[in-house]
Amino acid sequence: MGHGPAVKLGRDDAANYKTRLGVWMFILYTLVYAGFVVINAVNPGLMQKVILGQTLAVVYGFGLIVFAFVLAIIYNQLCNAAEKRMNQ
Amino acid sequence: MVYTQSPLAIGLFVFFVVFVLGLSFYLARRTTSAAGYYAAGGNIHWFVNGIAFAGDYLSAASFLGICGMIATAGFDGWMYAIGYLAGWMVALFLVAEPMKRLGKFTFTDALDSKFNSKAIQLMAAISTLAVSVFYLIPQMVGAGVLVQPLLGMPHWVGVCIVGIVVTIIVATAGMASTTYVQFFKGALLLICSTIVVIALLTRGLGTSPDQGGTKDYHQFQTLQAVVAADGALQVAGYDVVAGPESKFGEAGFVKLTQNGTETIWKLKENASGYELAETLFVTKMADGTKTYNGAAKEDGKFFAVGHIKEITVDGKSVASTGSIGPLAYLSRFKDSTVVLWGKKYIMDGANKITIYYQKPTPGSRILRPGLKFKVDNATGTQKFNFISLMLALFCGTAALPHILIRYYTVPSQAAARKSTIVAIAAIGFFYILTLYLGLGAMTNGVINLTDNNMSAPLLALSFGVILFAVISSLAFATVLGTVSGLIVASAGAIAHDLMDNFLGMNMTEKGKVMAGKISAMVIGCIAIYLGIIFEGMNVSFLVGWAFAVAASANLPAILMLLFWKKTTAQGVAASILVGLTTALGLILVSPDMWVRYGLLPQDAPVAFNSPAAISIPASFIALVLVSLLTQKKGVAVEDAANA
Repeated sequence: MGHGPAVKLGRDDAANYKTRLGVWMFILYTLVYAGFVVINAVNPGLMQKVILGQTLAVVYGFGLIVFAFVLAIIYNQLCNAAEKRMNQ
Repeated sequence: MVYTQSPLAIGLFVFFVVFVLGLSFYLARRTTSAAGYYAAGGNIHWFVNGIAFAGDYLSAASFLGICGMIATAGFDGWMYAIGYLAGWMVALFLVAEPMKRLGKFTFTDALDSKFNSKAIQLMAAISTLAVSVFYLIPQMVGAGVLVQPLLGMPHWVGVCIVGIVVTIIVATAGMASTTYVQFFKGALLLICSTIVVIALLTRGLGTSPDQGGTKDYHQFQTLQAVVAADGALQVAGYDVVAGPESKFGEAGFVKLTQNGTETIWKLKENASGYELAETLFVTKMADGTKTYNGAAKEDGKFFAVGHIKEITVDGKSVASTGSIGPLAYLSRFKDSTVVLWGKKYIMDGANKITIYYQKPTPGSRILRPGLKFKVDNATGTQKFNFISLMLALFCGTAALPHILIRYYTVPSQAAARKSTIVAIAAIGFFYILTLYLGLGAMTNGVINLTDNNMSAPLLALSFGVILFAVISSLAFATVLGTVSGLIVASAGAIAHDLMDNFLGMNMTEKGKVMAGKISAMVIGCIAIYLGIIFEGMNVSFLVGWAFAVAASANLPAILMLLFWKKTTAQGVAASILVGLTTALGLILVSPDMWVRYGLLPQDAPVAFNSPAAISIPASFIALVLVSLLTQKKGVAVEDAANA
């Protein structure tokens, strides 16, 4: 299936900034995700502890989903700002 | 498990499937005339694209598989949801924008634009083929389970219907599953699931799930047995066929008869002898016929299960909670005792008996990992298996060709970003719903123990046949769309990449089309075959394998291409080859495949089912080593950030 780019993209001076930002946010999320996996593998009993009326597993699980969304919003805001600032 | 069919459900189902197919055809024709799907897609609004991402992603696997696994194994099923969602962060932060900047959106395109290498063409085609076929299996299995309660047909008929319909569509017309169809399906699935969850919370938790008063739940009995002076077991009203000293007794069961009907009971010692708890059992005779609780399937003796034994509110035991909020639902669930179902196999002469027995479990134990994946006092291998699966889910999303291609359809990098965020919001919200759907199925008497994939639609059925029909039809239409896309992709890999490009067969235009159609038909047949032999396996588990294969074969190549300047063509080819063969090889010798071959799982050469933790690093190492060895000969890739 040969097809060229759908859209012509102009020069983007914010590209380097956005790439670096993406890598850092990826590392941050990966650490939180890894924390979840490691607790489950090493000390699963801890996940049954009740925090805020729910088991830690439920709190952490909901947390990972909400955190993904919050992080994505922050990333988008920072990228928008950078595109505005750098692509004058 | 027998289901009664409702003409309303069948009518709605046919209407919905025809409507969605018609819409696909109509839009596919319209977009073809408008300079093609991809170019036309350049104008799609980011919000529509975001929901369409969700429509693509929330395939049969997410909806059926995750809910089914939560319904039988609690939190462990939800781990899949958490892993799938986390995978989107890899797509958003690392892959989406650099790929968009590269101007290439499929794996093969991106590789082709950088290296014009025969080895890469071959590897990329084989990898596309392997990933597509692996992704086809859960879709076909999902289609098979959907038609059983809806149309009253056996599993294999459902698989054949999907296979044949899709193959005909692809081989005659060619079908592009368009963004607007996926948007429509994604949005409807979200809305319907939300309605079911609201209905579920309104119903609350109760100890006798009568499905809102429409269907009586089977009351499971307990009997008291005493040991007579001569040591024999005695149960009032029953004759003991196989007691504690028999093969059944060794496994913790007894077999009784009453009026000529055999039943199996779970033994539990108590002060005055034994307490016997009713079980469900499937007997497979030497000639292959099966009986369910000693009777034919049609007799309906094999009950749907799922109930709470005891609900505690503020230290007091109650029969039901009444309407309840979403957080209170989880919190009350945590304080309840829920009856889960264990499974044991016994060989009785030539008959293989599968016994499903009650296992009362505290809610707090269900709302934490460990019921499916062994993590408590686990061996190193078991822990490795778990970590490996979570790694595959994390890395798989960004390596799926049909997800990456969707970035093509938005006009700018900012729009690519925004649509990913809409997708994350929609998918995240949906996965929160799945937790309730799964727990709802677990406690509302709708689970079929021989195949848990239908738990979510059957939960919807307990709220009325319309919801059930709409949700099942959406799931089925999604299967059709996904299967068509995968078959087109695999046929393209064979006809275009392999035969035309790699082998350099000089085919006429007509010949190419013919080759594509024949490939589509062959793959359709393979998909039908695989869909039938994998019946009864949880579809989410099967998707886990597809993710492992995709992540091992493609992700290292994609990431290194974007982020490492020294990547060479040979390095990429080696990485795909190593990732693919390691992942496939390990899956083929895994315990779960051993069961499929009819052997015992403990005899499998490897002790784990998830290959990712070995195959992904192996693929990375192969790429780096071979790239370093071929620096002078190879073409170095520019860093995408500077492109």
